[in-house]
Amino acid sequence: MRGKVHHEPNGAHMSLIGVIGAGVMGVGVAQNLAQTGHDVVLVDRDEKILGDALATIARNTRMSRLMGGPALDVDEVLARITTAVGAEGAAKCDLVIENVTEDWDTKRQVYETLDAVCGPDTVFVVNTSAIPITKVGSATTRPDKVVGVHFMNPVPAKPAVELIPGVHTSEETVRRTRDLLSAMGKKSVEVKDSCGFISNRVLMLTVNEAAYLVHEGVADAESVDEVFRSCFGHPMGPLETADLIGVDTILYSVEVLYEHYADSKYRPCPLLKQMTDAGLHGRKSGRGFYTYATN
Amino acid sequence: MSHPTAQEQILDFVRGRYPQAEIDAAQDIFALGFVNSLFAMELVMYVEKTFDVTIPNEELQIDNFRSATAMAGLVARLSPTVAAA
Repeated sequence: MRGKVHHEPNGAHMSLIGVIGAGVMGVGVAQNLAQTGHDVVLVDRDEKILGDALATIARNTRMSRLMGGPALDVDEVLARITTAVGAEGAAKCDLVIENVTEDWDTKRQVYETLDAVCGPDTVFVVNTSAIPITKVGSATTRPDKVVGVHFMNPVPAKPAVELIPGVHTSEETVRRTRDLLSAMGKKSVEVKDSCGFISNRVLMLTVNEAAYLVHEGVADAESVDEVFRSCFGHPMGPLETADLIGVDTILYSVEVLYEHYADSKYRPCPLLKQMTDAGLHGRKSGRGFYTYATN
Repeated sequence: MSHPTAQEQILDFVRGRYPQAEIDAAQDIFALGFVNSLFAMELVMYVEKTFDVTIPNEELQIDNFRSATAMAGLVARLSPTVAAA
């Protein structure tokens, strides 16, 4: 149920949620939190990114009903979100949801900062589609308070997430996180910590292979997606999905799987690399496998 | 009149995105099966940018975006001079 109720684990008031990274996922997480009554501090590297993020949240909030979600008051949602430059801005948060790019060095730096500035009870939620949670936990002094959540995009519209405890994650951390997710309107599907979890072990290989079909000239993107929609009944094909997730993010995720398992079945399609280099990142850049109207 | 009407411009935009489908002005594009709600958002941005209008929240309903005719009707309500041009 979408209520305007603050989450109170064990009677302790969870007053402020940090959202690190104001890209596609961070923006969705921040909006979802704010529209379910949580106060949010949204953090990124510079003011420009944060300004764009707030504009995107305003636009998506305005479109909520059109997209099949609840009718929302844009001003009310934006009033619950403050912004800050640098991970130090999350120092006062009781729980932090990290959504930076799927790159280990980038994530590690963010966790080193968070670990240094946040209170000892602050829970770190790793929003990742591929990086092992146990590895992230080991980069902090609080592996018991690090837990993975794989949010799906667009975050406010998706009813479920993968919830991934690492080797050292405590039951209390899992419970606090599941309670917050529940308050956000999300069902948690618990998965053991294994690179790619359920969703990306299967999805990324599918998208990668679909990109190979286009790369090799076997079929164009429309035909690939048409087979998934019309023959399998999927609402979207893999390449439309790639454009929605971000082609650059897909490439990162495939590379993470390739590196982690050292298995050639995860070798990234050269077309994904070229599109990423060319800035053809999908919906967010106006062009990927398809071309989109931009605002 | 050499300028295309609002309805013609909108129809061109929709056909440009879904070249494989035969779409006429009255076609319910969301009933085609492959048009999802994300495209509705693109339509809102396209209509606002092309016709320089701001669609009020109460008009942001899927029924206003189902067809080129419905969208042209919305534009006409918001900006009568643009729609007639």
